Amino acid sequence: MMESFWRVLLLQDHNTRVVIAGACLFGAAAGLAGTFLLLRKRSLLGDTLGHATLPGITLAFLLAGTFGISPRSFLWLALGATISGVAGMGAVLLIRKTSRLKDDAALAIVLSVFFGAGIAMLSAIQQLPGGQAAGLERLIYGNPASMTSGDAWFVLLASLLVAGVCGFLFKEFTLLCFDESYALTAGWPVRPLDALLMGLVVLVTIVGLQTVGILLVVALLVIPPAAARFWSDDLRAMALVSAGAGGLSSLVGVVASALLPGLPTGALIVLSAALFFGLSLLAGKKRGLVIRHLLEREAGRRLRREHVLRAIFECAEDGQQVVTLEQVLAKRPWKKNELRSEISQLTDNGLLTTEPTGASFQLNGRGDSEARRLVRNHRLWEIYLLNHADVAPSRVDRDADLIEHVLDQRLVDELEDLLDEKGRERLVPGNPEKKL
Amino acid sequence: MSTHPLEIRSLNVAYHRKMVLWDADLCIRPSRSTAIVGPNGAGKSTLLKAALGLIPAASGEVLFYGEPLKKVRSRVAYVPQRESVDWDFPVSARDVVAMGLYKKIGWCLPVRACHRRMADEALADVGLADFAGRQISQLSGGQQQRVFLARALAQKAELHLMDEPLASVDAATEQAILTLLRRLKDQGGTVVCVHRDLDTVAEYFDDVVLLNMRVVAQGPASEVLTPDNLRKTYGARLTLLDEAVVDLSRPGAPRES
Repeated sequence: MMESFWRVLLLQDHNTRVVIAGACLFGAAAGLAGTFLLLRKRSLLGDTLGHATLPGITLAFLLAGTFGISPRSFLWLALGATISGVAGMGAVLLIRKTSRLKDDAALAIVLSVFFGAGIAMLSAIQQLPGGQAAGLERLIYGNPASMTSGDAWFVLLASLLVAGVCGFLFKEFTLLCFDESYALTAGWPVRPLDALLMGLVVLVTIVGLQTVGILLVVALLVIPPAAARFWSDDLRAMALVSAGAGGLSSLVGVVASALLPGLPTGALIVLSAALFFGLSLLAGKKRGLVIRHLLEREAGRRLRREHVLRAIFECAEDGQQVVTLEQVLAKRPWKKNELRSEISQLTDNGLLTTEPTGASFQLNGRGDSEARRLVRNHRLWEIYLLNHADVAPSRVDRDADLIEHVLDQRLVDELEDLLDEKGRERLVPGNPEKKL
Repeated sequence: MSTHPLEIRSLNVAYHRKMVLWDADLCIRPSRSTAIVGPNGAGKSTLLKAALGLIPAASGEVLFYGEPLKKVRSRVAYVPQRESVDWDFPVSARDVVAMGLYKKIGWCLPVRACHRRMADEALADVGLADFAGRQISQLSGGQQQRVFLARALAQKAELHLMDEPLASVDAATEQAILTLLRRLKDQGGTVVCVHRDLDTVAEYFDDVVLLNMRVVAQGPASEVLTPDNLRKTYGARLTLLDEAVVDLSRPGAPRES
């Protein structure tokens, strides 16, 4: 087992080298083109496209003899696949234009009808004498091991083309995907650009037939960019991560299938892409579940701290400087031990002076100005929301708590000017930084 | 400049055989701000989109500075409705504003440092200098609206067509946008906004176009906003508005200075 692993990984066979290079290049190209496909919200069109290639492939297979071409020639079959894939996309557009059907219905109709036609022709071929249909199955389920070096050159050229076009037209594609109507009014040829982008997707699909097959090719167009989105908020970085993820998934899939000979390579490639997706969903730097959970917990902690400070300030406002735990407890529905730990935390941070028993405490200089700032912001919002926005008064307190965390100081100053003098005098404590 | 920034003659638009715009005639005067006002479904946004060729018109003629749009695209900037795009898109505020410069940059060439600087300047003009690097989903609705405005600013156009820039924005954004509209006008630019709020229209805009499938009236706000015209535009629902209108069409009604 270890021995064969190293054999595969160190690329000791010529054949392995070809297969791995071809599969990785395809994965990277799919990840790149797929980024724009995903952002253009056309993922399902990629799926329909894959399925719609089948009748073209079978037809090309049947007609090969007539033209004197070997029915196993990949380029010949790819030509058939391209024609019927493009015809499938045309059918989607036609249905959309001539009827009031929604996109999803149009896509489902074309996918099933084209695939059905392909399956019918495929069984007809399988009943022909000679059992030649074996060559076709590798295109349905994908079998990169059957890749010849000629096929690998085709994959290389196609991938370079996809990378080149995406690189040169990066900003044009970005604009197309983000805001089509603005692109049109600014004078960009939106329709040709769109056609070019879809052309790249067709090319990737055709290249992918041999690697992952008709049924699964959409996976490599969609999963890598979807996973990459968890890692970056920047399209450039996302496209690179997506291309890398596509290439890596293909590599892992091919190596795994070399070690587990019974399993189809296409499926293993898709599964390794899914593994990467799962990992990104969890650990993604920008939107992963873990980082989101941590950020939310941090925000919750800050919110609780601010609540405690405000409650103490409000208690002190009623008269005495020293505030007891019971007084603060009565302010809000919080748990006693939660409040206790928050208060000892605030004491450690030097905002509170607490009695050794922890039963009573008072804001010290730093704590007082911090609490003053919080209360001021909060009340500003309260007045603002009550006077200027159609927010139900019962929700003001909760929303104000959230909003003051996103509010910057300049906006606070603007708000202050908006509020009438009377309200400010009565309700808003002076800005500690301004020394009003 | 003798020609009008925008002139629309007998524009007809239909969705699925249902008429949306009926023989709309329109003339926008230069260096002024114009509001297109009308009830829901009156065809306000449709008018802008059809004029810009975003949706096909059944018939009619649209001239920008006396020419078809194709010849004067760089002089016209469009600010779509905020809801028309996906704000979860992986770009920063600066990236979106730079899109207004793409035509200037040209095919295939990347956005360079000087373009990023220009984008930052446009962002500063709408009060978002500190937000240039933010991913656009982390901006508030009002800030997103201002990013769209900054993109149009970066284009340095003369005519700005805006689809509801003041719809559901916060007070700070509203002030920033109004200041900007005034500045554009002072620099000789022309602004056309789809606007919903009848209460503020006379205060914020010089001219008004009242629209309900057809153009009911157009001209200076104080002349157009009469109870009679508004009744023609809004139908029976007007009774509520009567008072507001009388208030606003009075000479010396509140105006931004």
